[in-house]
Amino acid sequence: MTMYRPDGPGPMRVPPELTSLNREFWTGGFDGELRIRRCNACGKWQQPAAARCRGCLSTDVTARVVSGNATVAAFTINHQHWSPTATTEPYVIAIVELAEDPDVRLTTNIVNCPPTDVRIGMPVSVVFEALADVALPLFEPAR
Amino acid sequence: MAVEGVLNAIADAGLTRDDIDGIAAFQIEGSAGVMEVIDEIGLNVRWFANVGIGPSQISAIFEAMMAIETGRARHVVVFHSSCEGTVRTTLGKGGSMPGSATAMPQRVSGPTEWWMPFGAPSAGNHIAMYAQRHFHLYGTTREQMAQIPIVQRRNAGLYEKSIYSTPLTMDDYLNARMITEPFCLFDCDIPIDFSCALVLSADDSTSGLRRRPLNIEATSTVLASRPSWDQFDDLTTMMLRDVGADLWKHTDLTPADVDVAQLYDGFTYIAMAWMEALGFCGKGESGPFIEGGQRISLDGELPINTNGGQLSSGRMHGWGYLPEACVQLWGDGGARQVPNDPEVAVVASGGGIFAGAMLVTRS
Repeated sequence: MTMYRPDGPGPMRVPPELTSLNREFWTGGFDGELRIRRCNACGKWQQPAAARCRGCLSTDVTARVVSGNATVAAFTINHQHWSPTATTEPYVIAIVELAEDPDVRLTTNIVNCPPTDVRIGMPVSVVFEALADVALPLFEPAR
Repeated sequence: MAVEGVLNAIADAGLTRDDIDGIAAFQIEGSAGVMEVIDEIGLNVRWFANVGIGPSQISAIFEAMMAIETGRARHVVVFHSSCEGTVRTTLGKGGSMPGSATAMPQRVSGPTEWWMPFGAPSAGNHIAMYAQRHFHLYGTTREQMAQIPIVQRRNAGLYEKSIYSTPLTMDDYLNARMITEPFCLFDCDIPIDFSCALVLSADDSTSGLRRRPLNIEATSTVLASRPSWDQFDDLTTMMLRDVGADLWKHTDLTPADVDVAQLYDGFTYIAMAWMEALGFCGKGESGPFIEGGQRISLDGELPINTNGGQLSSGRMHGWGYLPEACVQLWGDGGARQVPNDPEVAVVASGGGIFAGAMLVTRS
């Protein structure tokens, strides 16, 4: 699995605390997999990861591997310098809708394209960037 | 500062310390709590509460109303005082979490885990995305959005306690440093040190007060959708959508009856989203609604944030809107007073992942 590596310092990134609930999501990228939990009783996807289905309250919820394909639903080009060690270059923060269910969304960064190329409705696919012991799901323009 | 605010509010109401039998405050990191104030001014209360986030940052006020309604107290002083301005100046933007007095954590958990890994530490990043989608779907422009800070800066120039009072031009706005697109510097409010206090009294306990009592006609405190920046079902509006719609279920008044609107403006777009949510214009129409700025000016059909709002008079965590609504309904606005003897004010606080609103009238 090839991980995404930024050219220079990237955005300010604070890694998540890993828990039994979120570990699959935050580490799946080391295996090249984007993993989202889904209810086995009613089929509803769960994001953020939850022990109990938000729809039918079943506890039969397990992680599934999704395609990693998504669509940009909203984005902003960030210019503010939030940390002395972070990049001073503008970068894109986006909310993407997963192909499996547009109601399941991730806040992420769009990489591997100039920030000004990003558009709402743009198809994107997942790439992973290592940050300590987690693999951040970022997205790039779909090839 | 908190004590001074509380004492001023009590005196302004025509009450004394001994009349106060309840007290509540917004509890957030760096704010003054009720215990300190109770002890410092020797209050003897029947009900007290430090209140965190609920239906917006002013949930302590909603709680105080319920304390009065249920007979726990007759005169409740509510306050919020914070030295966020000093904290942020001292620690600097890189050394503090936005809005907080603590250093950047090594790891994040809870809701922040979904945005802190992606260089999105500010609510502004999220609200900017909502604004961007609004621009995309409805053709809203930065020139339209600019009317919020331009109009409010004009109001701030007429208010002695404002932070920024020099006029803001369209050129100033369009040439300003970008923060998180489409927001520039002037779309973001400013951290300050402040103290805000009010007295809420029971309906049957208002005779002899120095001030003409105002009536809280209706409130909305609903939370009817997922409280999440990215899982919320419509990325052009926020939790305020449900609060705005719900408010009118508790009154015979309609949006057309509102004479002055104090709308949360931590970021410009929130105020626009409140206009749509409260029904002052249709969904997606807030851009054309504020275009040119006339409609939302002091002499327009819907004057907003008459003291400059948080954009020009500072970030009071949603606590500045109700006092300013009272000032306008009392006719005490001086140079910034809206004309024609306003009778109905709307107060909207928060809006993103939590929101609360109320209608205030002259009783």
